[in-house]
Parts: sequence; structure tokens; C-alpha cells
Amino acid sequence: MDHFFHPRNVGEIEDADGVGVAGNPICGDVMKITIKVDHEGETIKDIKFKTFGCGAAIATSSMVTEIVNGKDLTLEEAMKITNKTVAEALDGLPTIKMHCSNLAANALHAAIEDYLKKKNQRTSK
Amino acid sequence: MSKRDKTEMKRCYFDHVATNPLHPDVFDSMVPYLKEDFGNPLSIYELGVRARDAIEKSREQVASLINAKPREIIFTSSGAEANNFALRGIALAKQNEGKHVVVSRAEHHSIQNSARFLERNGFAVTFLPIDKYGIVDPERVRKSIIKETTIISIIHGSSEVGTIEPIKEIARIAKERGVIFHTDSVATTGNIPLNVKELGVDLLSLAAHQFYGPKGAGALYVREGLRIVPLIYGGIQEGGKRAGTENVPAIVGMGKAAELAKAELLCRMEHAKKLRDRVIEGLKGIENIYLTGHPVGRLPGHASFCVEYIEGEAMLLFLATKGIYAASGSACTSKALKASPVLLSMGIPAALAQGSIVLSLGIDNTEEDIEYFLEEFPQIVRRLREISPYARGWGDRKLEECIAKR
Repeated sequence: MDHFFHPRNVGEIEDADGVGVAGNPICGDVMKITIKVDHEGETIKDIKFKTFGCGAAIATSSMVTEIVNGKDLTLEEAMKITNKTVAEALDGLPTIKMHCSNLAANALHAAIEDYLKKKNQRTSK
Repeated sequence: MSKRDKTEMKRCYFDHVATNPLHPDVFDSMVPYLKEDFGNPLSIYELGVRARDAIEKSREQVASLINAKPREIIFTSSGAEANNFALRGIALAKQNEGKHVVVSRAEHHSIQNSARFLERNGFAVTFLPIDKYGIVDPERVRKSIIKETTIISIIHGSSEVGTIEPIKEIARIAKERGVIFHTDSVATTGNIPLNVKELGVDLLSLAAHQFYGPKGAGALYVREGLRIVPLIYGGIQEGGKRAGTENVPAIVGMGKAAELAKAELLCRMEHAKKLRDRVIEGLKGIENIYLTGHPVGRLPGHASFCVEYIEGEAMLLFLATKGIYAASGSACTSKALKASPVLLSMGIPAALAQGSIVLSLGIDNTEEDIEYFLEEFPQIVRRLREISPYARGWGDRKLEECIAKR
């Protein structure tokens, strides 16, 4: 509940290296994660989120950014973060809200994939 | 007002469509039947007689609230049971005349799902659309009637959007065509004047806990002479139409609640309306907030909105930390994870329906409560919009595209 009432890392990185959006406002929740990547070591330097959704959606997105933030995680390590990692970090989620943790992990992965896509485009130019 | 005692948090109960607190006089009326007067109304000795008399007195009180005859009242366990009983009981009683029933998209689950049950069992069902205010067009009702139609059920007042339906007109159309008409008045009974003769309805459902009575007590008004098939078989209780030993304390409480509602109705309405109008007026300052339901023809204590770019459950959680209890029709607040079908049927885009919030006010609320809410709520909206990726609009996602398929 603390991550809902006091979410960490709220916002959008202006010149983000990767942007990931997961979810759909029709079914409920949308998460947008922006990341800043250290190009040399391919580690995540900064991460921020914005979420449209319920309490669990906000809490899981806050938690996923907290897992990543300040750890200098490599992209590979960050890709290994799953919905389970997020739910466990929050000491469990009610079954009905498990899909929220899926979204949080998906948004993170999407942001990383976005970065890799952009990088490939840069190198192929 | 902002200097509240921190140890004792203010409590503002704004969820009267969910249930009402028990009126103290109602509680007092029930106590003897939970204690010394515990008899079974069917027993022939004094204890039984007392219980039986208490039920009959309650029947008179409930009948009087809606201008019915006491023998036209059948006690049930809830409004949902009364709705099931009405729709299924008439559809079955009249199945030799036809197997078509008509309901609307504004109905409570207990009517819509009863209709679906009938559909699975060989009946044809018409689900009438509603307009942007949640109103059922009487002309559409007329057009939906076919030779096989036996019952039409339209809700009197919506607990979700507060809209009051043109029941008198619809009942007249049904009568002209010889079709039985039922209305679910769970949200309206005890909240607005109600007269079954004037409305011209054949059946009407009500629930005690919607007018400061206890939970576990409801009733179905069945016009004299109308045949209905029971939902529950067993003994001879309720004229053989609803078996099971009566919930005497709850029924007694329902009677007392009906008596109080009748006596205090106008005063209660005025109070609720004043608070409601203050809420609607007070929230006008928030950008991108939309009143749902009819602006005028709505329940006196009912203010419902969709707040754009944020989600209902998150609003409710923040409000609860301030001691304010409200409701929402968002997907995340429902166990089925689907936004309110009533809101979607009104044409409200699914993404906007996610921002649904319903404030339903009652006799236990004060003007001070409302001012407190009006002080806290905009801050909550601001906070959640700061977190929302849509704070500056839905972007390239057009709202119309977000309308869920139905």
C-alpha cells in the first residue's frame, strides 16, 4: 500500500533512451515507463513511470521502477524481472490484481526493447 | 474544518446506494424479536401469535409507504430476490401465453442475469438500449412488444447514475398492450414519493436497507389477482408464494423503516437534494469532469461523475484514507474487472468510465461533510493526474476508439 500512497520515481524522462507502454485504457490500466541508458555499459541509469489505473497498478509500477533504480542493472538483468519479481517485492498481490504486475514488467521490457530498436536503427544508418 | 482531531478521523459515508446505516428507531423496534419474542410465526401459541402479528403490522407499514394493500406485499430476503421472483415468476406463470420478456440495459444485475437465465431456458429476451442519460425511451418499449411478450421490467431509479426512468409512461404502454409490468424500485423506495396505483405498475421490488432498515429484508409488491410462480417452495409462508421461516426481526425493522420513511420523506429528500446540488456545484472547478446520468431527473442524494485521465479505485482508496467512503463503476473496482455495463451502455467511452465515481448522500450526512469532501477531492484528483500518463489528454488515442465492443 505504501507504494500506492507514496509512489516512487513518478514522471517522464524528457530525453529518454527507451519508452515502454503497456496496457490499454479500455480494460483498465496503462503504464508508461521511460528509461535512460548508459550507452557504454548498457546499464539503466534512470527510470520513471506514469500510470493510469487502480491502486495495484500504481503500486506495481512504482515497485518495478524501485527494483531497477540506482542498481546499475544491465539491460539483460532488467529483462529478467518478471511479474513474479514485482509481486514478491510487494509481499504478494491478490490473484485478481496479478495482471497489474504483468503490466509493470511488460512496460519495463517494452522500454528496453524500444532502446534496443533505436540503437539498431542508429547502427544500421 | 481542516483542523480535525487526528486521533478520531472524520467519517463521511457517501455510499448510500450500497447500503444505509440502520436508523436507531428501527434498531429498537427489532430488538424484542431478536430476544424474548423469538417465536415462529406459524406456531399457534402466544409466542407465535406475537411474531405473526408483528409481521402483519410490518406488512401494513410497507404497503402504506407505496400505497398498496397489505395482502399485495410479499416479504423476501432482499431486493435481488424480489427482482428474481418478479421476472422469473411471471415469465413462468405466463409461459403458455408467450416466452418473450423485455428488460433494459439500465437494469441491476439481478434483473439482467435473471433475464439471461430465462434466455438459457428457452425464452427470448429484448435488452432495450438507454440514451446518454441512462433513460429508456418509452417508444422503444412500445416497439419491442410482440404477441409473445408477457413481462416488461424497467428499473425505477438507477443506483449507478441516479437517473429516474419514465415509469408511469412505460407502465401505461405495457397496460395498453396487455403486458405485465415490473419495476425495480430498490434505489427509489423511501427516497422519492412512490405510489404503485399512480405509477400503474403490476409488480415492484424494494429493499429495507436502502431506506435505513436492516439488510436481509426485501419485498415484492404483486398487484392483487396476479398469478406468480414461487421462487422458493416449501411451507405456506407468505400465502404459499415464498416459503421459509420468516426473518421476523428484519421484517419488523423493515416495517418501522417504511413508517419513518413515509413520515420523513419530504424532509429527507430536501436534505439530500441540497447536499447533492452542493457537490455538483462544488466539483465544477475541476477540469474534465463529467456528471453522469440525468442532470435534473435524478435521485435526490445522488451525484455521479466520470473524472477523466484517472481511475476510480485509486480515487476510492485515497478518499478512504480521508475517511470518505464512496463508490465507482470502474473495471478495477468490480470483481469481474469490467467497467459498469450501465455506463458503457450510455455511450460513455470505456477509458472515461474508468474514472467513475458515485457519491450517494443520506440523512447521516451534513453540509460540513460535503465541504470537507470538496476540500479533499480536488487534491486527490490532482495527485492522481500527476501520476497519469494522460494528464495532458488521451494523445493520439481517440476516445471514440476506446468504446468497448458490446
